[in-house]
Amino acid sequence: MDRPIRVIVAKPGLDGHDRGAKVVARALRDAGMEVIYTGLRQTPEQIVETAIQEDADCVAMSILSGAHNHLFPKVVRLLKEKGADDILVVGGGVIPEDDIPGLIEAGIAAIFTPGTPTSVTIDFIKSNIKRS
Amino acid sequence: MDIRAGLQSGDKRACARLISMVENEDEQAIGILKELYGLTGKARVIGITGPPGAGKSTVTDKLAKLLRQQGKKVGIVAVDPTSPFTGGAILGDRVRMTDLSTDPGVFIRSMGTRGALGGLSKAAHGAVKVLDIFGMDYIFIETVGVGQSEVDIVRLADTVIMVAVPGLGDDIQAIKAGIMEIGDVFAVNKSDRDGAERTATELEMMLDFNIRSQYRPPVINIIAKDNKDVDKLLEAVEKHYVYLVNSGELSQRKKNSIKNEIIDIFKYAMVKAIEEKSQSSSFIEQLISDTVDKRLDPYTAAAKLVEEFRSR
Ligand SMILES: Nc1nc2c(ncn2[C@@H]2O[C@H](COP(=O)(O)OP(=O)(O)O)[C@@H](O)[C@H]2O)c(=O)[nH]1
Ligand SMILES: [Mg+2]
Repeated sequence: MDRPIRVIVAKPGLDGHDRGAKVVARALRDAGMEVIYTGLRQTPEQIVETAIQEDADCVAMSILSGAHNHLFPKVVRLLKEKGADDILVVGGGVIPEDDIPGLIEAGIAAIFTPGTPTSVTIDFIKSNIKRS
Repeated sequence: MDIRAGLQSGDKRACARLISMVENEDEQAIGILKELYGLTGKARVIGITGPPGAGKSTVTDKLAKLLRQQGKKVGIVAVDPTSPFTGGAILGDRVRMTDLSTDPGVFIRSMGTRGALGGLSKAAHGAVKVLDIFGMDYIFIETVGVGQSEVDIVRLADTVIMVAVPGLGDDIQAIKAGIMEIGDVFAVNKSDRDGAERTATELEMMLDFNIRSQYRPPVINIIAKDNKDVDKLLEAVEKHYVYLVNSGELSQRKKNSIKNEIIDIFKYAMVKAIEEKSQSSSFIEQLISDTVDKRLDPYTAAAKLVEEFRSR
């Protein structure tokens, strides 16, 4: 049976608003995905637990506050520790170009900076999730 | 991943995967449920329903925390509507349950309503079974109280909490019209707002006209966001359970729920079989075109279809 792709949309860190994340969430929904929306100020532990319980195909995170170099890799690491590193991790938000190679190195599959059309994110998720 | 072993050793990944498989109607998952069916029936199942925004998720969060203090394990199935146009959904109930997500004794699962055909209530039944086998002591099912499918879902609960809010006369109308009868405990949430007492009084009045048995559903004013009087709500839920046990209604409910489930599965299989047939079968094509040409009428066509299915 055709099953929808399940994506966790999360905002780790201390950002005060989640407008951007909501735009992404709506776009993913409109592309036929089931979006599990977790809201503001999620810890990496909470994001990883959520991804596991929801049997997600993908975790999509957005950060504006600048803590991405710490928080994104931590999510990847915790997923690995839990044996759930088959879950695709992508990131977005305000992220300096210079930081991107390091994040990719750390296991974030892609970074989408502001202005990236949501269609790019959608296509990336669709073609990179690991489960059939 | 060995799902059977994982499920019994408390591996949340195994539990999560099995719920997905059940939701996706995976044959292997059905096999596992068949095999482990004997382990089900231990959990208390509580339905939470009411209009959007009434505070169902917030109430669930607070009830779960109270139960955790008592050392109970809690499973939560939170259902939100799927868009009929795109098949996508935004499942946002976890926003109110953030600190439960890392509690080892809690398992939360969000679910979209997905397709029609009673697929949801089947998936929800399945998820409840999985969580039951997984060892949860209490399982909450949160649904938006609007349609028949939601009513079907809460039917599998031992106790149904209806969450209302002050000042929404229309809500009360909706509750009255459809689901007054299925509420076992009524919570007037957001009682920090004006009109809470009046809403409670209105509910009490409606209950006067809906007395079903010697059990009368209580109406409890709560402020879920401040965790005020949620303990009273839980007490009322426990009291209802005691009533169910003592009156013998519990076994009647369980029986009804099993009956509904069997019929659901049966109906679903039939509808699927008919749909598959209608895509390939010239018999159905013929019925349709005969009806279009007025050689048949829809009643006779449907009767012929029933006959055709009976004869095999
Ligand atoms: N004023 C007030 N707001 C509340 C209360 N309980 C929940 N809310 C708010 O109501 C909104 C909807 O709550 P939610 O639990 O998501 O409702 P649901 O859609 O029924 O699950 C949220 O903004 C909550 O913070 C309460 O007791 N009083
Ligand atoms: Mg909710």
